[in-house]
Amino acid sequence: MNSAQIVSLLIQASYFVAAVLLIMGIKRMSSPVTARSGIQWAGVGVLVAVIATFFHHGGEHGLLIENAALIFIAIAISTVIAWYSGKRVAMTAMPQMVALYNGMGGGSAAAIGASALLGFAAIANAPRFVPGMPAVNSSQIVLAVIGALIGSISFTGSKTFRFTGQQAVNGLCFLAAVALGAMVVLHPQTQTIVLFFAAALLFGILMTLPIGGADMPVVISLYNAFTGLAVGFEGYVQGNIALIIAGIVVGAAGTLLTRLMAKAMNRSISNVLFSNFGAGGGAAQEISGSLKPIEADDAASLLYMAEKIIIVPGYGMAVAQAQHKIWELSQNLIKRDKDVKFAIHPVAGRMPGHMNVLLAEAGVPYDLIADMDDINPEFPNCDVAIVIGANDVVNPVAKTDKSSPIYGMPILDVAKAKQIIVIKRGKGTGFAGIENALFYQDNCRMLYADGQEAATKLIAGLKAVDGGGGH
Amino acid sequence: MIDGFLALYLFMLAAFTGHEIISRVPVILHTPLMSGSNFVHGIVLIGAMVALGEATTPTEQIIGFIGVFLGAGNAAGGYVVTERMLEMFKSSKKPGSSQDGAKP
Repeated sequence: MNSAQIVSLLIQASYFVAAVLLIMGIKRMSSPVTARSGIQWAGVGVLVAVIATFFHHGGEHGLLIENAALIFIAIAISTVIAWYSGKRVAMTAMPQMVALYNGMGGGSAAAIGASALLGFAAIANAPRFVPGMPAVNSSQIVLAVIGALIGSISFTGSKTFRFTGQQAVNGLCFLAAVALGAMVVLHPQTQTIVLFFAAALLFGILMTLPIGGADMPVVISLYNAFTGLAVGFEGYVQGNIALIIAGIVVGAAGTLLTRLMAKAMNRSISNVLFSNFGAGGGAAQEISGSLKPIEADDAASLLYMAEKIIIVPGYGMAVAQAQHKIWELSQNLIKRDKDVKFAIHPVAGRMPGHMNVLLAEAGVPYDLIADMDDINPEFPNCDVAIVIGANDVVNPVAKTDKSSPIYGMPILDVAKAKQIIVIKRGKGTGFAGIENALFYQDNCRMLYADGQEAATKLIAGLKAVDGGGGH
Repeated sequence: MIDGFLALYLFMLAAFTGHEIISRVPVILHTPLMSGSNFVHGIVLIGAMVALGEATTPTEQIIGFIGVFLGAGNAAGGYVVTERMLEMFKSSKKPGSSQDGAKP
């Protein structure tokens, strides 16, 4: 065995170890007890594979991979930016951040596809067969195209999520896409490849644009699965088994996760993707009544009188970063012998379990947090339901108005509570862009304030009623 | 290169594995798991490294560079975000014991 063969063998062994670590990592992440070690196992797996790849073809021309300096620079710059932004981003903006990183993965898979396709085009267009030129396997081309297509869609689709403070990153990704396209254009015999990528990228944008906010969690998860599949297919093109395994495992897991989420919303995946959520709905049912504001002191008295209180958090709580204050309010209520629970809709926020993560961050114990199916029968016995920053997931028109874009989506039965207090910053509609009939109910009061501010005032209000420490 | 049917078996077994390890996951872990699997496909980075490593023309080099850049962002960002999410899960069980902010 010469040195090149030994190096190659070591790289293959490293990839094998990496694949095992990645699968074990995902497995460990699926249980709360081992979850944290899971990401670390997976992290070591990727690290091992990356280090090994630096020696790709080592021993033939030199110890390191060709273009090692370029590779190192690209990794260094990108890692610093991503690491910094990942550390700095607020927990509440996490879903958009995951979508962004996922889009980058899709873009990377598309780039692999592009370079493979360029290579195939060069071979196909060669004037005559050159000895030593690799033969092209048609299944490789097909999978390179499919992988590049899916990766491109995931790349631009994930970019459609807009969030403040990240325009620079978005712009950077846009420039990358443009540069990629321009480079392919420069290659004379590859017009079809260019057109193909332009179409794929455009499709990603167009596909995501009409999708309404309430469906976003499902879409993020779907793109995650897409990227996994794209990575798996490009892995086949490159003959890299570690890529195939990791990509396909994520593709399958992501698809299942997407289906679980779509099911929780009573919508099929095709329904989510191809129905114009929130765009139609011109002939919506007339909502009668008016919005009735309430002051924080009066709301605090209502809470003081109540025995059973259910808190319904939504994306608005995340935006206001109000989870800590809300938990403080809950502790004040529990201290006064109130029965307090948190009701979580499966798609509250921007990702499934988004609210659970935020409440966990604030320190809310799990036994106070209830899923939709468990809590819905309790609403009729609930004295006061506090809705903070949730909108579409508590809108009763999902049950009553067939013309509504959210018709058929399971909702939390907040409308059945005896009293409802809605904490909301303004009078705007939810992601779906439709009026909320709940807010116009006779037993519903609007507390117009930022989530943190409202919770602070309610705590003060409670103390004003009984002079402080409960009893 | 991997033989066609061998690749098919690989795809099939990997798909079953992915399906199996997710199928009994509590709702509270859906978000971290999505984030974690997002990190796992960051392994695409090694594919992009190979693509750049085998690039010869400037066009190929630029495409490869973009691929490596994006792949590294996926891996690094995905790791940090998932770590932060799971860290919170830990601290919610034992409040006040989050002193080990150890580097990965």
